[in-house]
Amino acid sequence: MKTASPFEYLAQPTNLVAVRFDGQTYQLPKGENLAAALLAAGVRSTRENPGSNAPRAAFCMMGACYECRVRIDGASVQACMIQVRDGLVVEKMQPIGGQSYER
Amino acid sequence: MSANDRRDFDLAIIGAGPAGMAAAAQAASAGLSVLLLDEQARLGGQIYRDIERTSEQRGRILGKDYLAGRALVDDLVKSSITYVPQASVWQADQDGHLCYTVEGLATQTKAHRVLLATGALERPVPIPGWTLPGVMMAGAGQILLKQSGLVAKRAVIAGSGPLIYLIAAQMVRAGNPPLALIETQTAADFWQAQHHLAGALRGWRYLIKGLGLIGELRRAGVKRYRGASDLQAEGQERAEALRFSHRGKQQWLACETIFLHMGVVPNTQLSRAMNLDHYWSAAQHCFHPKTDGWGRSSAAAIFIAGDGAGIAGAKGAELAGRIAALRIAADLGRLDEATMAQSATPLHRELARERAARPFLDRAYPASSQVLAPDDATMVCRCEEVSAGDIRRYAAMGCDGPNQAKAFGRAGMGPCQGRYCGLTVSMLLASVNQRSLDETGYFRIRPPIKPLTLGEIAQLDDPDAGAKEVMDLG
Amino acid sequence: MDADYVLVGGGIVGLSIAWGLVKRGKRVIVLDGEDGSFRASRGNFGLVWVQSKGMNQPRYAQWSQESAAAWGDFAQELGEATGRDLGLEQKGGYDFHFSEQSLEETVAKYEVLKQALGGNYPYEVLRGNALRNEEPELGSSVVGAILHHQDGHVNPLHLLQALAQDLRRLGGQVLVGKTGVDVKKSDVFTVLCDDGTRVEASKVVLSAGLGAAQLGPKMGFLAPVTPVRGQNLITEKLPRLINRPSLYARQVKEGGIQIGYSTELSGFDDAVTVDSLSSIATKAIHVYPCLQHVQVVRSWAALRIMSPDGLPIYQESPRMPGAFLVTCHSGVSLAAAHARFLPNWLEGRDDAPDLEVFREDRFAV
Repeated sequence: MKTASPFEYLAQPTNLVAVRFDGQTYQLPKGENLAAALLAAGVRSTRENPGSNAPRAAFCMMGACYECRVRIDGASVQACMIQVRDGLVVEKMQPIGGQSYER
Repeated sequence: MSANDRRDFDLAIIGAGPAGMAAAAQAASAGLSVLLLDEQARLGGQIYRDIERTSEQRGRILGKDYLAGRALVDDLVKSSITYVPQASVWQADQDGHLCYTVEGLATQTKAHRVLLATGALERPVPIPGWTLPGVMMAGAGQILLKQSGLVAKRAVIAGSGPLIYLIAAQMVRAGNPPLALIETQTAADFWQAQHHLAGALRGWRYLIKGLGLIGELRRAGVKRYRGASDLQAEGQERAEALRFSHRGKQQWLACETIFLHMGVVPNTQLSRAMNLDHYWSAAQHCFHPKTDGWGRSSAAAIFIAGDGAGIAGAKGAELAGRIAALRIAADLGRLDEATMAQSATPLHRELARERAARPFLDRAYPASSQVLAPDDATMVCRCEEVSAGDIRRYAAMGCDGPNQAKAFGRAGMGPCQGRYCGLTVSMLLASVNQRSLDETGYFRIRPPIKPLTLGEIAQLDDPDAGAKEVMDLG
Repeated sequence: MDADYVLVGGGIVGLSIAWGLVKRGKRVIVLDGEDGSFRASRGNFGLVWVQSKGMNQPRYAQWSQESAAAWGDFAQELGEATGRDLGLEQKGGYDFHFSEQSLEETVAKYEVLKQALGGNYPYEVLRGNALRNEEPELGSSVVGAILHHQDGHVNPLHLLQALAQDLRRLGGQVLVGKTGVDVKKSDVFTVLCDDGTRVEASKVVLSAGLGAAQLGPKMGFLAPVTPVRGQNLITEKLPRLINRPSLYARQVKEGGIQIGYSTELSGFDDAVTVDSLSSIATKAIHVYPCLQHVQVVRSWAALRIMSPDGLPIYQESPRMPGAFLVTCHSGVSLAAAHARFLPNWLEGRDDAPDLEVFREDRFAV
C-alpha cells in the first residue's frame, strides 16, 4: 500500500525510472537501492510472512535479515541487495500462491 | 572468470569493510595475489557504506569518522588486486576452497589463505512488535542515510550503545532530529563501568566524541529517557507508537519509525559454517571465533580480522586487517619473520589502544535484560515465528542445545538462518537448563550461508567429481 | 530398580519404542545424547516408504508394509495427544525412470516380490499424459514412474518432537546429555553413563544408532553398523508443485521442497559438500525443471546407520538375555511398527512379530 513516506531525501533524486511494484507504477531513482527507494516512495510493507501472514518490511538493510524479500522474474530476492533499473517489475511476496500454509 | 575457476589465489578476503580493505592493500603491497569478495556493489562495508560517491552534504552530516574511510578506498584502488563486488560467498572450507555467486553465476575458487572480514551484525532486539513494518535496526537507518540520502521523519531511537548518539546526531544535522531517545542503560550501569575507566581513558578519544554528540543532541532539544524498560512497538499494519516504562510511569510515543539498537556482535555465520572454534565472551555477551594475536583462527589457513573476531570498531578493524595481512605474507614466505614483527609492533600497540575503551563501553551500555531474556510471548525467531516461551518449553522437553530446539520448533530454519535469533535462542536455553553458553553452543550453520537458487548450485556439478552413490538402501 | 526398560539412545527409534512401552504401562528411562551428537533423526528425508525395500528379503518389505499400514492410526494418536500435526500423507510415492529399459527391469523385480508377498504390492506404472496429469511439473526426461500406493511421507521433525513431548506426558523419563559407556548384568541391568550416571532396569534396549558399534560388543552384540552420509537441500516455501514424494524430491506441507539425497561413505564426517549438493541439485532439476530458479534455504547432512545388507537388526543378546539391539536406517518408516508391534517382541509375547530374519547372526562368519 502506498502512503505518505516516513522518509525524506536530503536532496531530491533525479534520473527517475518507472518501476512496477505490486501492480502500481512508481518513479524511482535509477541505480539506487531498491529497498530504500520503495521505502522513500511510501511502500510500507513488501511481504507477508508465511505462517501468520503478517506484513513485513525492510529491517536490517544489510542483506542479513531477509525481511525485504520480493519476487523479481519469479525469483525471491532481497530488495536491499539490488539496484533500481528501468522497467523493473517487482511482486510482493504473498503467502505462496494464495494458499495458507499450516505451521 | 567462469564457473569452476579453480585458479589459486594467495589470499582471498571476504568483506570489503575497513578490515578487508586494509588487509587487501597491505597484502598486495607484499606481492600477494589477492581476491577481494564483497556482497555490496561498492567498497566500504557497512561502516563506510557508499563512501566513494558520498556528496559533500552527506559527508558533513555523517561526520569525520565516516569520511576517514576514503583514505582506505584510495589506498585500495591503487593496489593490484582482484576485486569482485556483489559476490555472495555461500560456502568456504578450512582448506581455502570458496564458492560464491555473482549475478546468478556460481564460481569456485581456491586460496592459500582466507581472511574473513565479515564484520558485525546488530544484536537482535526481540521486543513485542519488533516484526512490524517501520521497526528497523538503527544501523539500517544509518545505511539509508549513507547510501540513499534518506532520513526518517518521525522516528524514535530505542536501546543502548554509543551508536545511538551518533545516529541521532546525524539525524539532527540532516534536519530531522529523532522525536526522542529511549535509552535502556541505567545510572548503575554507568557507575559500574567506572571500574574500566582507567582503560577507557586510554581510549579517551571515544569518550570525548560521545560527550560531544550528547551535547549536540541537548542543544537540538532531543528528549532522552534514560533507564527505560519494557519496550514495546505498537501498531496494526505498521509501527505507530513505542510504549515503555520510565521512572515507574508508562510512556507512549506516537511515531512512524522505530530504530532499535543494543550494540553489535560479530557476524559469525561464515566462521560457524566453516566449523571454526568459538567461545562465549562474557564481556560482550556474544560468541567470538577463537583467534590468536594475528587473527589466525583455529584452522591454520583461515584468519579473521575486524568486528567479526570481536567488536573493536572501524579503526581497530583496519589495524587488525593489516596485522593479519602481515602474518599471512610471512606464512607464504613473502616477508621474513623479523620484518613482519617490526612492521606489526606499532600496529599491535595502536590496536591495544583502540581496544582499551571497549570494556568501559560494553559495561556502560549493556544490552537490556528484556532482550537478553525476552518474555514468553515475545517472538524470538522472526522468520519462523517462534516465541521465547516456545524455546523455554523445548528446553523443558530435553533440548539442551539450540540444534535440538531448532529441530523441535524451527527456530533458525528460515531464510536468515538464525542471524537474528541464534544468540537469543542459545541464551534462553542456557538460562533454563542452567548451563553455560559454551556448553549450550550455537546453531550448526551449514552452507549455503546465503540462499541461492537450485540452478546456481547445480552449475557446480562436475559429473566426474560427483557424489558416489555407494549403495541401494535395502 | 529405576525402570522396567532403559533405552540407550533417544532418537526416533528409541523414542518410538519407549512410547510404545509406556503405553503398555511399562516404566521407561531413555538415555539421550548431546545436542551435537550424530543424530539421523534430525537429518532424514521423511519418507514413509515401502517400494524397492526388501527386494531380496520379502519379510523386510512386509515389515515396512505393516508399519506403513499402522502409521495413520499412530500419527493420529500422537498428533491428538500433542496438538502437533505430523503432516502424514500416504497417497503413494514414485520411483522415476529415465529409460524404458530400467522401468521394465524394475517392474520385473516388483512382480517377483509381489508374488512372494501373496499379491499385496499395490503399484501401477504411469507414463506420458497419465503421469503428467498426476505431476504436471515433471521434465521430459522422465520416461515413466512406478506409483506405489503404500508409500507416503511425514514431517520427521514433528515426529521427533511429538514423541519427546508425549513420552514425558505419559511419565517416561528422558535423561539428556548421557552417553551409555557400559552395561552390566546381575539380577538387573545397570547402564553406566559417561558422566557417572547409573541407571538400573530389568531390560535394556540398545537403540543408539551408530553408537551401538561401541556399546554393542560389551553387551554381546556384533552391532556391525557403519555410517553412510546423506545430504539434503530444502527450498523456500512454494505453491504446490509436487503432488507425491519420490527419492528425488518431496514437497512438505509448509511448502518447502526437500531435495535428496546422496549416499556416501564418508566415515564419521557429517559435513555437506559442494560436490554432493550440486549433484543432487542437478538431478532434482532433471526431474522437475521448474526447480531451476527456486531458492535453496538450507542444506544438511546426516549419517545413516547401515548394517552390511542394509536391513534392520533386531536381536536379543545371547550373552545377556533381556538386552536387545534395535537398529535400522528407516526409523521414520518403521516408527509405527516400533511403537505398536516391537513391545510385544521385547515382552516375549505370543503375538510378537516374526523378526527371525533380522537376527544379526546372519552376519556371523
